[in-house]
Amino acid sequence: MATFDIPIGPQHPALPEPLLLKLEVEGETVVGVDFDVSYMHRGIEKLLETKTYFQGLPLVERICGICNAAHGLCYTLNVEKLYDKEIPPRAQYLRLIVEELSRIHSHLLWLGVAAFEIGFNTMFMYTWRDREYVMDMLEAITGNRVTTEYSQIGGVRRDISPELADKLLKTMNVVEERTKYYIKVALTEPTIAKRTQGVGYLSPEDAKSTCSVGPIIRASGIKFDIRADDPYAAHEEVPFNVITYDSCDVFGRVVVRAQELLECVNMIRYALKNLPSGPFRIKLPMKPNAGEALTRVEAPRGELLHYTLCEGTPKPYRYKVRTPTLANLGALRAMLTSKGRYVVNIGDVPIIYGSIDPCICCTARVQFIDIKKDKTWTWTLDEIRNRSRRMRV
Amino acid sequence: MEISITFSYNTVFDCEVDDIMSMLSELLRNLFKKRATVLYPEERDKVHVPEGYRGKLEFYREKCIGCTLCYQVCPSYTIEIVVDEKGKRPVFNLARCTYCGQCEDICPTKSIHLTKQFEVISLDKKDLVVK
Repeated sequence: MATFDIPIGPQHPALPEPLLLKLEVEGETVVGVDFDVSYMHRGIEKLLETKTYFQGLPLVERICGICNAAHGLCYTLNVEKLYDKEIPPRAQYLRLIVEELSRIHSHLLWLGVAAFEIGFNTMFMYTWRDREYVMDMLEAITGNRVTTEYSQIGGVRRDISPELADKLLKTMNVVEERTKYYIKVALTEPTIAKRTQGVGYLSPEDAKSTCSVGPIIRASGIKFDIRADDPYAAHEEVPFNVITYDSCDVFGRVVVRAQELLECVNMIRYALKNLPSGPFRIKLPMKPNAGEALTRVEAPRGELLHYTLCEGTPKPYRYKVRTPTLANLGALRAMLTSKGRYVVNIGDVPIIYGSIDPCICCTARVQFIDIKKDKTWTWTLDEIRNRSRRMRV
Repeated sequence: MEISITFSYNTVFDCEVDDIMSMLSELLRNLFKKRATVLYPEERDKVHVPEGYRGKLEFYREKCIGCTLCYQVCPSYTIEIVVDEKGKRPVFNLARCTYCGQCEDICPTKSIHLTKQFEVISLDKKDLVVK
């Protein structure tokens, strides 16, 4: 049969974010896919070079609205590596609490979006209503609903008072009760099962070879979680399980995210109960030591990576961000390509795309285009490193 | 045609017994619940703003010592340092402010305070300048 090319996006009602999907279809079956993410380049990395490390934090939080707590945490951990100072344990615990709260709100938001993509609008309304409890708690703890800016260089912004801790524990009870209901719905509701089981299949081998991260790789049965592998903020002391599921499809991703909600609730409870006393912030000078730093954080969408190069000035020489969506794009290609008995229908493309929890606006990267020769190319890591060394000398 | 009609009847009938009961109980429970949303701006006073919310900022000139630390940490160039009869002082342009609150945190004399006021819209640019 002849194949046709169907472009979807960059602006399309089925896609939440600007992405161009070039689908190669044979009838209803998708046999090949190519995509372009570069519709939303904001130049944040370059802008960070013009600001001091202390000025840069509010900007980094605005890379992504949903996982802003993870971005802020990654940035502060990264900059603190340049100082060689011990961060007080109370600050570490408070960071963990806000990060897990942010994970709960992100996962609830994703559950709603995924339910919306498969046409299950009741669940969309329910999850977004319950997300408001978490948003209110974030507002009470940090002073803002979305851009929390809680983690600061040298500690955290504010302390949690005992009354607020009580309120947070009560909210966690509500969230736990609702989450159990969602897990029951996800496991028993035929609407969800029919639209997600066997859809978006990603074998464990593909998940490894495409370097996918976060709930995607965990739903393919591989234990990969930065919180467990490379603990960063009190994660050594707070016990938790790495949730995996071996169905390797969108259904598995729903279950992994729903069960991670329960883990987050338990982590917050443990952290509040065992909150160490002491200061929550230390003052650090404006100027860090010269050097390089690389930090990994488990954002709600997966592994987030920040890199900085400092030459002993208050401003970074280079700042680099690798967001989880970029790492999951390879997996998306594998999921959208029919292979053997695995068949992708056009109707399933939105939910498969939605299952990686895409955040294209965080992801847009440079691609080189020669207009005269009509040629595009990218640089490998070694090429970039060689060029940056040459430029610095 | 016939086949499709009977098929649809069957599927509806299969769902009915259990699902309608659970749907009814859910419906009755939600009928007497408080509404989850607030009809803003009609119900303006019902909007819950917690203590420590980062809203429109206030500035107390008598406490300021003119150290310009707020100017150094501001990410969005909201703050302009001017000199008046008592020395250096900041002037805030709220149209640029991102409400990050870094100036409030770093101020050594607590002369900057972010209030709970979250409606900071004005038709006149002069209203957005805090002196």
